[in-house]
Amino acid sequence: MRIPIPSFLCLAAVFAVLVTPANGEASLDGPLKVLKSVGSEGQGNAAASQAWPAVAAAGGSELTTILGAMDGANDYALNWLQAAVETVVQRETAAGRKLPVSELEGFLHDTGHHPRARRAAYDLILQAEPERARKLVPGFVNDPANELRRDAVQLLMDAAANQVASDKPAAVAGYRQALLDAREADQIEAIAKTLGELGEKVDLAQTFGWLTKWKLIGPFDNTGNAGFARAFPPEAQIDPAAEYDGKNGRVKWIGFESKDDYGIVDFNKPFEPLKEVAGYAMAEFWSATVRPAEVRLVCGNGWKVWVNGEYLFGRDEYHTGTEIDQFRLPVELQAGRNVILVKCTQNEQKEDWTKEWEFALRVTDLQGTPIRSAQ
Amino acid sequence: MNLFKPTASAAMKSLLLASALFAAVSLHAEDWPQFRGPHGDGIASGAKLPAKLDAQSVAWAADLPGRGVSSPIVVGDRVFVTSASGPKNERLRVLCFRLSDGMLRWERRFWATGRTMTHPKISTATPTPASDGRNVYALFSSNDCVALDLDGNLVWYRGLGRDYPNANNSLGMSSSPVVTAGVLIAQVESESESFTVGLDPATGVNHWKIERPKRSNWSSPVLTHGPDGTPVVLLQSSKGMVGVEPATGKILWKYDERSSEVPSTTPSHGRLYVPSQGLTVLEPVTGGPPKQVWHSAQLRPGTASPLVLGERVYALNDSGILSCGDIADGKRLWQLRLKGPFSATPVVADGLLYCVNEKGLVQVVDPAKPEGEVVSELDLGQTVIGSPAIAANSLFIRSDGKLWRIGRPSAL
Repeated sequence: MRIPIPSFLCLAAVFAVLVTPANGEASLDGPLKVLKSVGSEGQGNAAASQAWPAVAAAGGSELTTILGAMDGANDYALNWLQAAVETVVQRETAAGRKLPVSELEGFLHDTGHHPRARRAAYDLILQAEPERARKLVPGFVNDPANELRRDAVQLLMDAAANQVASDKPAAVAGYRQALLDAREADQIEAIAKTLGELGEKVDLAQTFGWLTKWKLIGPFDNTGNAGFARAFPPEAQIDPAAEYDGKNGRVKWIGFESKDDYGIVDFNKPFEPLKEVAGYAMAEFWSATVRPAEVRLVCGNGWKVWVNGEYLFGRDEYHTGTEIDQFRLPVELQAGRNVILVKCTQNEQKEDWTKEWEFALRVTDLQGTPIRSAQ
Repeated sequence: MNLFKPTASAAMKSLLLASALFAAVSLHAEDWPQFRGPHGDGIASGAKLPAKLDAQSVAWAADLPGRGVSSPIVVGDRVFVTSASGPKNERLRVLCFRLSDGMLRWERRFWATGRTMTHPKISTATPTPASDGRNVYALFSSNDCVALDLDGNLVWYRGLGRDYPNANNSLGMSSSPVVTAGVLIAQVESESESFTVGLDPATGVNHWKIERPKRSNWSSPVLTHGPDGTPVVLLQSSKGMVGVEPATGKILWKYDERSSEVPSTTPSHGRLYVPSQGLTVLEPVTGGPPKQVWHSAQLRPGTASPLVLGERVYALNDSGILSCGDIADGKRLWQLRLKGPFSATPVVADGLLYCVNEKGLVQVVDPAKPEGEVVSELDLGQTVIGSPAIAANSLFIRSDGKLWRIGRPSAL
């Protein structure tokens, strides 16, 4: 959308009408609605640029109103609102006025609000009354917002660390509790590492909830990376009994179970290290109910993912590093049997660090709690 | 794909002209408004910095939250720097400091909408922001792009990483945007999706968007001029380089030799010093591809971009070998071993090169000495990856934990 300058300038006048009710008192409803209307490719930006000053000019008593507008906001709008909150706070603080801490605390405790709005409320309490904020942290341990929960998990980790020298069993128990409560990979790994140093075993594969039982088929041809775009037969139909022409002869589905702590499904194991090839992995995943979930993928090769025949996403980037939960793909699981199909392509590079032809995958809720297959 | 339609050319040019007038650009010659300074060549014309640096040279050092390797920029009495924090470096920060004493004037934080995974050496805050004197435009590795006025008021926000979710690199993105009259240009290039976009500085919407080679690329666009004075933006990648009309994204010419995907081209006195085949010098030609003047495999920049000072060109490799060549023919004249390793591009003031290695050791090189000579050192004791800025007769360096102003007026 391109907006000619005259129209752009006229928006200010239009907006003045929009935000001023009949009684003459400025309302944030109109400008907040405009900010929440921003979308992809700058959609709504011109109007939002005009609306933003009215929101940012609000008094401290309006902070929870602005934070509340984050409910249901998309990720673009969240940032417009976040900037307004910080501008209000800067002005209020510079003027020596106190932030409405009690109101903010009430907002924070309402788990129905957007996680990032609640985190912003907590940050403001921390800024205004640090001791009061710190006392709230233990209560976040089961919070649905990871933005808050990880602080409580960190507190458990710190407490356990302080007990290692004086009371090792208590420290181990503390770390075990932290492991149960942690949802983010960096904290899970840190806790597991420390427990290992204390002589405790942690079943990482179980903790992360990797899918370990797969059927694999390959290799198909990926010469010149052309196989990434080419739809080989498993993309049209998954038939476990079928055989197809592969790159080096006939190929058929074979069983594969990952024993790796990090759930690695390594195509090089059954198919030997190969270059310029494509492989597919298929897993059944049983869900008790229809539910929203995330497919969380780790992959340093080209990849595509389908669930129940629906294409979720794919990218053809090679050997630039991996990390847990590298790619998060929202999906709705159907009740009963779900079929996950992963395509994994290997390129032509010959360096030692380009040998990997593999992926790992888990299914979680939106917070990162592993969902186990019901069968 | 060029999203800009030729039939809209006249209207677009009118719009850009109007936008440029609306912007009422207020940069000053002594500002350092973008990566490698006002001319994209790392040189602060007219600036004077102390040759002898020591602990007394530090005017102030301000604490920085989070981590970043972007360079500071300076506009008037304000120093801007970006940073990122949070468990996944997903909290994007833009900070503004008072130039005179390093006091934090304001900070704004945002949530990344794109991927924040990077190589641990860099950060979500790797691209250097740019300013047209009216706004500051901060691009992050997540391809989030934010425009703030100099007082920290939000002008617009774009989530390019959300809009184009495959245009990212698991090692991170580092290309720094440039802004010229009526357009902000961001080069967003990776194996999986690549484009360069010209954004409206007033609203952030796309003026144009062109497809680019699907290759990893960390180099930055460079603003320069053709022989006839028309503005050109250089887009470099491993597939070569193109000269593009900033207002429209129209490709004006191509250079097809493989170019580096890390250090960027340096414009100087009408010529382009391109990290290609070692170092290649191109001379733009009106209406056609640039003419190659020379290339030298002996002058091979590492991560740092080349520098041109007088009749000499300098290339610094990652381990710290500074090579000096003759701009007439590329003949290597001398080499000087500095204490490396290096990522930051050196900057130049008053004929001296200020080189900062990754360990935070500032080495001042006098290139006028017969074989070049390090004339002083200052150890900041913190990791430095980003290039320094020069303004107000001072060096501004961002280390892992601090923003430094080096150069007391009394020491000059």
